[in-house]
Amino acid sequence: MNKILKKKVLNPTVTLMEVDAPLIAKKAEPGQFIILRVDADGERVPLTVADYDREKGTITIIFQVVGASTEKLNHLNEGDYIHDFVGPLGRATHTEGLKKVAVVGGGVGCAIAYPVAKKLHEQGTEVHAVIGFRNQDLVILEDEFAAKSHKLVRMSDDGSWGEKGLVTDALRKLIESGEQYDEVITIGPLPMMKFVCKLTKEFGVKTIASMNPVMIDGTGMCGGCRLTVGGKTMFACVDGPEFDGHLIDFDEAISRSATYRDFERHTHEETCNLFRQAEQH
Amino acid sequence: MPNMSLNKNPMPSQEPDVRNKNFSEVALGYTAEMAIDEAQRCLNCKHKPCIAGCPVKIHIPEFIKEVAAGNFEAAYQIIAQSSSLPAVCGRVCPQESQCEGKCVRGIKGEPVAIGRLERFVADWHNANATDKPVKPESNGHKVAIIGSGPAGLTCAGDLAKLGYQVTVYEALHLAGGVLVYGIPEFRLPKAIVQKEIDTLIDLGVDVQTNVVIGRTITIDELMQEYGYEAVFIGSGAGLPKFMNIPGENLKGVYSANEFLTRINLMKAYRPDSTTPIQHAAKVAVVGGGNVAMDAARCAKRLGADVTVVYRRTEAELPARREEVEHAMEEGIVFKFLTNPVSIGGNEQGWVSSITCQEMELGEPDASGRRRPVTKEGSDFEMPMDSVIMALGTSPNPLIKTTTAGLETQKWGGIIVEEATGLTSREGVYAGGDAVTGAATVILAMGAGKTAAAAIDEYLKNK
Repeated sequence: MNKILKKKVLNPTVTLMEVDAPLIAKKAEPGQFIILRVDADGERVPLTVADYDREKGTITIIFQVVGASTEKLNHLNEGDYIHDFVGPLGRATHTEGLKKVAVVGGGVGCAIAYPVAKKLHEQGTEVHAVIGFRNQDLVILEDEFAAKSHKLVRMSDDGSWGEKGLVTDALRKLIESGEQYDEVITIGPLPMMKFVCKLTKEFGVKTIASMNPVMIDGTGMCGGCRLTVGGKTMFACVDGPEFDGHLIDFDEAISRSATYRDFERHTHEETCNLFRQAEQH
Repeated sequence: MPNMSLNKNPMPSQEPDVRNKNFSEVALGYTAEMAIDEAQRCLNCKHKPCIAGCPVKIHIPEFIKEVAAGNFEAAYQIIAQSSSLPAVCGRVCPQESQCEGKCVRGIKGEPVAIGRLERFVADWHNANATDKPVKPESNGHKVAIIGSGPAGLTCAGDLAKLGYQVTVYEALHLAGGVLVYGIPEFRLPKAIVQKEIDTLIDLGVDVQTNVVIGRTITIDELMQEYGYEAVFIGSGAGLPKFMNIPGENLKGVYSANEFLTRINLMKAYRPDSTTPIQHAAKVAVVGGGNVAMDAARCAKRLGADVTVVYRRTEAELPARREEVEHAMEEGIVFKFLTNPVSIGGNEQGWVSSITCQEMELGEPDASGRRRPVTKEGSDFEMPMDSVIMALGTSPNPLIKTTTAGLETQKWGGIIVEEATGLTSREGVYAGGDAVTGAATVILAMGAGKTAAAAIDEYLKNK
């Protein structure tokens, strides 16, 4: 059982929680993830570590409400306990020796991109952050990115915030204007990462993408999180979650990510109805 | 006067056509009368070959003698001297190749039903005994156990009884290892596993779930910062194998580990569960071991037509005979001498078929079994909407990669001294599937026992 020390609503569907987890906080690095279960019968939900405080012994998670489990998690408040909280899992982001990096985040993926930008910035790497959201209401972590990047490009699909357009438009402009990156690190929806990788391949810029597939145990046991990288089957939980974006079979990953979509939509609706009924009584 | 019947008392069981639609236990257990009657088949022979067949050396004729006399608690106490998990072993041990395989009565007729008697005695104890085990006085030494499967639980139990302060670390949210995530409810009810774990907790064992050794804490930290004087690694063989054939990453292809974990650990077998599981109509299970049988029988219970695809013949099936018979009775189809070459998918990326080749048996291979050879041009396709790969597992590399100086085999198994379980690191012992690769519950328990004795010896002389 791990206590929620802080809860902050970042936008209507995205919430931040700071969770008491001293053992995990001691070890966590950007790029790694935790798995939580909200209650005794809950699913195992993998969430990437958004931040950590080794002294306070806390792990920050940022999640979007997409299914039954995240809906239930979002109903917990400061002082409540999360039933299970395990980690840190996966490999940490490789940041050593990087001089100049573009961090490209989309939507709630920015929550995962942020600790990477922060670590790079703090080790002296020149960080260009490109962050994109569907519209102004969904923007998260703007000030945080501004503080931990040398250049911040804001993009929105409808132009209500920053420039109108996709993160790939902004990245193309940066590269074409002569910016030379050692690496691009991209975290966001699968189609976005797919097109970021397509673009950087064109320019021959090494790109790392962070994958978040369906998984159960997070220790290599179930194989549910497998994906094809360079023609080989890899497990995101132990071999990743970050991989060379130019080698990932994104179409397969997109297809696999939809395995339980109908089921999840259904259980999410059921859970919402339960909460609604409870509120009416 | 011994009971000279040539046959074991049959095990009362749910009818095949009933049980293949529910997840309740298949075998219902002996009544006291059946147990006493069966126990009287034991000749209490002088050289006791059955004990030699038991990896944990239970005093079999002694406990059976007590059963024959109706002293069930006394029988339990005899088993408990050697086994920490009798209710589990009575259910899942391959007795036919161990104790019962050596039984003198088996020379002419069937051996004494030792497994069924063990199960009866353990269940009787669990239902009737009221006194909790007493926590022994602490000897002040701390030992850490990694993994709460059969090897870890046995090692923990034996050390706790000797007064060691034992902590068991489990990566998942529930203790029990393969006993809870792998073996299905209808073969080993989860309440039985929980009861055995509760007994260990009563003995003073501290069980810490949600700790991944190698990630949350390393072995070096356990020994240097946490003050554990010895560590036992019983982390099992959790990494599933795939065939690397086309179509294996389609939706609807699962490792048996994933499929069974969803059903068992994550309780997808319960109608009210929120764990997603595919309710497929036609399922192929690839493999012929106990795990393949478990996966096939689970899929059947979720309503599918199930075909087991195995590349050798029925005679080479590595699964326990009883599991194969149960699966066949439940209506599972077996396709022998058949090997998948690809999996076909539909436009949405879901499995739609499996293409296999016919095989024939050639010369014996290194394992002594005749090697299956492909029959050219024999490819055929079967419509399927799910494929479960039950091809075996290998040890998880997490501990190896985070523990300097821990030597392993090329395939990942931890190298140990056979008589003690000692690894290449001082004070670090290992046993079970983490050492041998996927094997049985009882062999893992035997290894846990061996290591517990060696750890005791090591710490007493330190």
